[in-house]
Amino acid sequence: MSAKVEELIKEEHPMERLLRMDRIPHIWCPTCGLGTTVTALSTALEQLQLDLNNVAVVSGIGCTGRVAGYMKLDSFHTTHGRAVPFALGLHIARPELKTIVFSGDGDLISIGGNHFIHTARRNVDMTIICVNNFIYAMTGGQVAPTTPLTAKAATTPYGNWEHPFNLPLLAASSGAVYVARWTALHVRRLTAAIKEAISKRGFSFVEVIAPCSTLYARINKLGTGLDLMKFYHDNSVIRHGADLNDVDIDFQSKIVVGKFVDIEKPTYIDCLNEGGKRAFGDKYKPYGGGNGNN
Amino acid sequence: MKADPNNVLTGAHYLDGNHACAEGAIAAGCKFFAGYPITPSTEIAERVSRRFPLIGGVFIQMEDELASMNAILGASWGGVRSMSCTSGPGFSLMMENFGLGLMLETPCVLVNVQRGGPSTGLPTLPGQADMMQARWGSHGDYEVIALAPDSPQESFELAVHAFNLSETYRMPVLIMTDECVGHMTEKVVIPPAEEIELVEIRYSSKKPGEAWPFEATEDLISPMLEVGKGHKFHVTGLTHDERGYPVINAEAQAKNVNRLVDKVNKHAEEIIWLQEKDVEGADVVVMSYGISSRVVQPAIMKATKEGIKVGQIKMVTVWPFPEKRVAELAEKVKSLVMVEMNLGQVFLEMDRCAKGKCETYLVGHAGGTVHNPEDIYNTIKEAAK
Repeated sequence: MSAKVEELIKEEHPMERLLRMDRIPHIWCPTCGLGTTVTALSTALEQLQLDLNNVAVVSGIGCTGRVAGYMKLDSFHTTHGRAVPFALGLHIARPELKTIVFSGDGDLISIGGNHFIHTARRNVDMTIICVNNFIYAMTGGQVAPTTPLTAKAATTPYGNWEHPFNLPLLAASSGAVYVARWTALHVRRLTAAIKEAISKRGFSFVEVIAPCSTLYARINKLGTGLDLMKFYHDNSVIRHGADLNDVDIDFQSKIVVGKFVDIEKPTYIDCLNEGGKRAFGDKYKPYGGGNGNN
Repeated sequence: MKADPNNVLTGAHYLDGNHACAEGAIAAGCKFFAGYPITPSTEIAERVSRRFPLIGGVFIQMEDELASMNAILGASWGGVRSMSCTSGPGFSLMMENFGLGLMLETPCVLVNVQRGGPSTGLPTLPGQADMMQARWGSHGDYEVIALAPDSPQESFELAVHAFNLSETYRMPVLIMTDECVGHMTEKVVIPPAEEIELVEIRYSSKKPGEAWPFEATEDLISPMLEVGKGHKFHVTGLTHDERGYPVINAEAQAKNVNRLVDKVNKHAEEIIWLQEKDVEGADVVVMSYGISSRVVQPAIMKATKEGIKVGQIKMVTVWPFPEKRVAELAEKVKSLVMVEMNLGQVFLEMDRCAKGKCETYLVGHAGGTVHNPEDIYNTIKEAAK
């Protein structure tokens, strides 16, 4: 090994400030989209120059659920589907924190679907990063509510015959103020979207289409992780502001990506204070979080 | 720490048990309440929703009980005293994440206003049949703390006490009341704030980088870590080490789970609260909790009048179970009688701890109404033979 290479290896990993290096190596498979997505979040946080003491990450269960365990932030690994209501409680108690929910499609949209739509409806100020790999990966590749029609999974050996959710449409129609979708190939655009989402006041949602070569691609004979990235390259269609009725994902179809929604709406805490003022006038002191009387 | 006078509705009031419970929680400094409507507990949520806006608290009606339980855990990690209330079916839904609260050692208070079960059962009528669910309803091994008020006054007092226990032992605490107490209206005297002593949770004084969320301590109670202070800590529902990092093996499991169990058992004598009357020299001791401990009174009076030596133990705390005390008594008395509005739940514990040293009797009842005191009297008479 040349001296120059050794020097490079000694250099601090650029993400070290944001990762629990004492927990690396992580458990994710080679070519998984999660590494890229975590890098996108880390880069976004670095570029936003936020005080990292004031950023909290909450995850549910599954491959993506493990993200909270690798981010060097106050981080919570909760139960299956419940990251969002846990994050809601944390956010209301400490509204000054940036609360980020980082979880998978099965966790957020299947078992956690009810919490997802209601928290969007309330426009609670948090950012949801949903890594969609079309499958339950941690448990061995079972069908998910995002699995495209006809795609195979461990529990749909003859191909999936259920209609999948269109996540951007679901988020937007439930009340999200920011909705974007990118793939794990669109690293810069994804990072930019995460930055926008974190900066947005209200319920922001970023869907990340991510490769699972160990399960989804293997079961469906789609090749390696690299083949999936090539597929994203050849089949992603950037269409900002697209009609969300047109962004369904079919099996190996074109994937419409872009920023779909970016609107202003009072947040949950804005509305809470509005309601308090309406009822009590000057007697009401705006809620600012915490335990004491404000 | 004394209670904040802004929160305390000092004075004599005419309240039902649910309203009194809400006032107790508010007096204890509860500032976040997440709940889902369910009979017969809803009055707690309603009162909190009316009282919170002017004292800086947030009430939120969640989409379901799973969300409610998680929201209070999240808020508790945000440093805010949090609670929820529910009844039978909702309690079942909360069980998974009650377990998360135990595993993350998160202080909070959960009230179950018990109704008749199983399933939808008797929404508007009382029961005490969730006692074993309180003890074992979440999966895995753990210990719980559960309190059972018998009146609106005690609903107020035990709500304060529940918060104190949860902050002392850094864990969720259950208040297992019932429809009867919840909807019974009586005089409730709320003392001045300066007479309400509140326990403040111990936060770690260590610097970021040196503090861990489950630091080993002699008393087994780890100091809590505060979010936003640079600790950048991690907590997980997975089996973990003292850093909060997941460790998936048998050794870590033994350490983690035994500590959760030992934390309560080691402090059991401090936690257990029994109110005993005429127990010394008694031939028969009647044990009960919650509303049943009031229903036993006429039966005990009648039996005493007839010359039977009857003692009574009202269990203010049902969990942890007073194993030692029951074992002691079993050596001395002829019989122990458990009166509870179920078909024999806490009775099984009493029977186990008596180890055959005395007779044990159950006066059970499927719920829907309180016991007929005559049934209790008949059992006392039988037990005294």
